[in-house]
Amino acid sequence: MKYDIVIGLEVHLQLNTKTKIFCGCSTTFGNSPNSQTCPVCLGFPGVLPVFNKGVLDLSLRSALALGCTVSKFIKFDRKNYFYPDLPKNFQISQYDLPLAKDGLLEIDVEDGSRKRIRIRRVHMEEDAGKLVHEKEASLVDFNRCGTPLLEIVSEPDINSPEEAYRYLTALKEILRYLEVSDCNMEEGSLRCDANISLKPKGSEELGTKAEVKNVNSFKAVRGALSYEVQRQEELLSNSERVVQETRLWDPDKEVTVSMRSKEEAHDYRYFPEPDLVPFVITDKTIQEVRSALPELPQAKRARFIKEIGLSEYDAGVITSEKEMADYFEGCIKLYDKPKVVANWLMGDFTAALKEKGLESISQCEMDPADFIGMLKMIDDGSISGKMAKSILAEAIQEGKAPKDLVSAKGLTQISDKPQLEDLVGKAMEENGEVVEEYRRGKKGAIAYLVGQVMQKTKGKANPKLVNEILRKKLEG
Amino acid sequence: MKDPKKPYTLTAHQISNLIREKKISISALLDSLLKRIDDVDKRVKGFVSVDKKSLKERAKDLESEPKSVGKLYGIPVTIKDNICVEGEPTTCGSKILAGFRPPYNATVVERLRGEGALLLGKANMDEFAFGSSCETSCYGPTHNPWDLDRIPGGSSGGSAATVAADETICALGSDTGGSIRQPAALCGVVGFKPTYGRVSRYGLIAFASSLDQIGPLTKDVRDSALLLNVIAGFDPKDSTSAEIDVPDYTTFLSKDLKGLRIGIPKEYFVKGVDKEVNEAVWKSIKKMKNLGATYEEISLPHTKYAVATYYIVAPAEASSNLERFDGVQYGYRSPEKDKTDSTPPLLRMYNSTRRDGFGAEAKRRIILGTYSLSSGYYDAYYLKAQKVRTRIKEDFDRVFKDYDCIVTPTSPTPAFKLGERLDDPLNMYLSDIFTISANLAGIPAISIPCGFTSKGLPIGLQIIGKPFEEATLLRAAYAYEQSTEWHLMKPEIKRG
Repeated sequence: MKYDIVIGLEVHLQLNTKTKIFCGCSTTFGNSPNSQTCPVCLGFPGVLPVFNKGVLDLSLRSALALGCTVSKFIKFDRKNYFYPDLPKNFQISQYDLPLAKDGLLEIDVEDGSRKRIRIRRVHMEEDAGKLVHEKEASLVDFNRCGTPLLEIVSEPDINSPEEAYRYLTALKEILRYLEVSDCNMEEGSLRCDANISLKPKGSEELGTKAEVKNVNSFKAVRGALSYEVQRQEELLSNSERVVQETRLWDPDKEVTVSMRSKEEAHDYRYFPEPDLVPFVITDKTIQEVRSALPELPQAKRARFIKEIGLSEYDAGVITSEKEMADYFEGCIKLYDKPKVVANWLMGDFTAALKEKGLESISQCEMDPADFIGMLKMIDDGSISGKMAKSILAEAIQEGKAPKDLVSAKGLTQISDKPQLEDLVGKAMEENGEVVEEYRRGKKGAIAYLVGQVMQKTKGKANPKLVNEILRKKLEG
Repeated sequence: MKDPKKPYTLTAHQISNLIREKKISISALLDSLLKRIDDVDKRVKGFVSVDKKSLKERAKDLESEPKSVGKLYGIPVTIKDNICVEGEPTTCGSKILAGFRPPYNATVVERLRGEGALLLGKANMDEFAFGSSCETSCYGPTHNPWDLDRIPGGSSGGSAATVAADETICALGSDTGGSIRQPAALCGVVGFKPTYGRVSRYGLIAFASSLDQIGPLTKDVRDSALLLNVIAGFDPKDSTSAEIDVPDYTTFLSKDLKGLRIGIPKEYFVKGVDKEVNEAVWKSIKKMKNLGATYEEISLPHTKYAVATYYIVAPAEASSNLERFDGVQYGYRSPEKDKTDSTPPLLRMYNSTRRDGFGAEAKRRIILGTYSLSSGYYDAYYLKAQKVRTRIKEDFDRVFKDYDCIVTPTSPTPAFKLGERLDDPLNMYLSDIFTISANLAGIPAISIPCGFTSKGLPIGLQIIGKPFEEATLLRAAYAYEQSTEWHLMKPEIKRG
C-alpha cells in the first residue's frame, strides 16, 4: 500500500463506583428503566451536582498507571448540546484542564517488537442516558445518566487496525488490573471511537480523518478500521477526497456509513461549570494513589518469566487477567512446581471454567489450597493424572473440593504394595502363557498384565507401582 | 406596637412575641393575612399562587405541635416562584414551567419549615429572574403598592410588593444582579443579599449559578437577621455553599455605629442619579456619622465595567442553565400542529416548545449568552468578562482593607412607570447599575429604606460589606433604621 495509516482512539470507560458521579443513585447495570434516577441525574430545575470523590480515586489510579502527568488543579466544564438522553442538555465534562495528560501505553506489534502509544489526555465526565426507539416514539432510560466516565484519548500513534486492537487489549488488561472498570464492551462499560486517516507513505502532512462510532467489540474496531482503510485508500487512489465526517459502523453489513459532516458538527460552547468548585490535588494524594497501585501486567509478566521461570507464552496467558495471575501466585506459594501449575491452569482448569460458563477464575469456588491438594495427590500416587483431570472438571462444575470427590467416590488409587503384589501374583497365575511370552523376550507383553490388574481394580491400582512389581516378579 | 387588630401589619419578631405570649393564634394571623391578600392583591398582583386550604391545615398542624416551636414558629413567609417547594407549582414566572411541581424542597424551604414557618405562597417575578421591573412574568406585572402605575422593581418584585403591601410578614427572594435589593428599595422594604455561598442554592432554579444568592425581604432589619439565622449555613447539596459558621445575627443589632468606617465610592454619585435619591442617600450618610461612624470618599475604578461584565457572564450561564427546558421531561411542551413542517420531529419539538414557552426577555438573554460562549467569541467575551470580574473584586478587596462597609444608593432612580422601559432593554439594565458589582464580587449587600421622593416613592440605601461579614451590615443597617421612621411608613395601595 502506498499510504501510511494514522489512527487515534478515544476510549470511554465507565468507572465502577457504586454511585453516580454527581448524585447518590446506583450505577448497577440492567435494572428496569429509570429505576436508578433522582432529580439531580434527571437534570430537574434547581438541583445541583455534588462530585463523588470516589470517581477521582479511580480516575487517578488509571491516569497514573498509564504514566500520565496529573493536573494539580481540577475543574469541570459544561459541554452544551441538545439531545433527549442528556436531561440538562449539557454534559459536565473536563475541557481545557483535563485530569491528566501525556501518558504512554506499550503494545506488542506484529513483528514481535514493542511499540509505545502516547496518551494525549485522560478526563472525567458524566455518562448520558439511553434512547430506545420504538415505532411511534422514542423512549428514554436515564439509569445510565450520570454514571462516571473516564475518557482516555490516544495520540495518533496507531498505524494499523491490528495495532488498534492490541492497544485496546493492552488498555483493558491494565484497567482490569486496576479494578476501576468492568471494561465490558457489550454492556457499554467500555466504548471506543476511532479517528482514522491515510497519508502518502512517508509524508509529514496528515490526511483528512473520519471518526468511526458505534463499534461494540474490539474485533469490530479492527473490522471497522480495516473497512475504513480500504474505503479511504480507494478514494485517494482515484484522486477523490476523503470528507471529514463522523461515520457509523454497521456490524451486519460490515461497512461504515456517514452520520454527519463537519459542517453539522456541534459548537459545544464549553465554559467552566459554575455549580462545582475547582479544587487542588496535593502531591501527597498523588503519592498515596501511586504507591497503592497494584503490579501491572507487564511488570508481572516480566517477573514470572525472570523469577519464576515461566515461558514467555505461559507468562502472557497467566497474566492476561489479574484474577488468574493472583490465583497462580496463590498456588505456587503452596507448591513449588510453577510450570505444572501453569499447565493445569491454562489447560484443564480454563476449559472447566468455560464449561461452567464462568468468566473469571475468581468466580470459581475452588481455592488454590484445594487445587494444590489435588496436584499433591497425583504426586504421592493417590490418584492418577487421568483421574485428576476428571476430578477437576467435576469439582469445578459442582463447586466441590477435589479431595471430597475422591473420597466420596472411593477413587483413591490402590498403592498398597502387599495388596498389589497379591493382585499381580493372581494375574500372573491366570495368564501363564503371557508370562512365558515375556520371559521369552517379548517385553511388550507386560502391558497386557498391567491391564489385567487395572481391570480387577476398576482402574484404581497405581499403574506405576503395578508396573514395578510386575517387572520385579517377571524378572526375579 | 402597631395595631394588634391588624396583625398582618406586624413584623416577624413582633408576631413571635405575640405567639409566645399566646396573644394571637397562628390561624388568626393567617386569616388576617388571607383577608388582606383578598383585599389588595387584585391591585398589587404580587402572588402567583396561594393555597388557602393547605395553609389552614398547616396552621392547625403547627398549633397542635407546640413542642416543635422553632425560631420562625408560625411566621408566614412568601417564597419567590423560582424556589422549589415540594408538590407546589414552581414556575419562575414562565410558561415553559407550566404545571411543574417539583418533587423536592429547596434547602431554604426545608430550613424554614424546620423552624416552623408557614409558607404563604409563591411570589411573582420576572421570567427566570430576567428583569428589573417584574413585568416579564407570564402572569403579567406586579404593581408597586406605593403607586400602582409603577413597577415594584425586579426580579423579586412579587416578594418586595407583598411585604410592602402587608400581604405577608416577610419573604424570600433571589438576587443575581440586584433582584432582592432593587425591588426592596423601590417598595420601601429591607432586602438582603448575603455573601455568595452563605445560603444554599439547592432548589433555587438557576439564572446565573455563579451570581445567584437567596436572601430575605422584610419589613425591618431585625427580621432580616432572624430569617438569615435560619437560611444561612453550609449545605452538602450545594458544593458552592461555604463551610463557615453562622453567628446569631440578632446579637449584632445595636443602636450606635461607633468605630464603623464607611467608604463612599465616588463612582456611585454621578450624573444620571436622581436628585432626590442623591439627597436622601447623603442625608443618611450624615445620619450614620451622627451615630458614630466615620466616612471618606473612596474609588472603585472598575465600577464602569460592571454592567457590561454582568451582561456577558449572567446570560452566558443562563443560556446553559435554561437548556434543560426542552419539553422532554416536565413543564410545557408545544403541541405539534404543523404537519407540513419538514423539520425533523425532535428539532421541531425543541424549537416550538422553546419558541412558545419562553418570553421575549428570556429569548434575548439566551441569544446573548449563546453568542458570547460560541467558538471564536469565547475569549473576547466570556473569558474577558471573567477577567474584568476579578478586577472588580480586587477593587473591593483593596477598599475593605481600610473600611468596614461601603454606602451607595441602591437604585439610581425611584420606581418608574409600568411599560416605561420594557422596550428599552439597555435603559432597563441600567436600573441595576449600583447593585451588580456586589454579585460579581460575591459580597453581601443590604438595601434599607432611607426616604421618599416628593411624589411619595421610596428610596433605598445600599450598604455593601466584606465577604461573610453580614453581621457588620446588619449592625450598620439596624442602627440607621432605628434612628429613622422610614421603615414604619405604609403605602395606601392606590394609583399615584
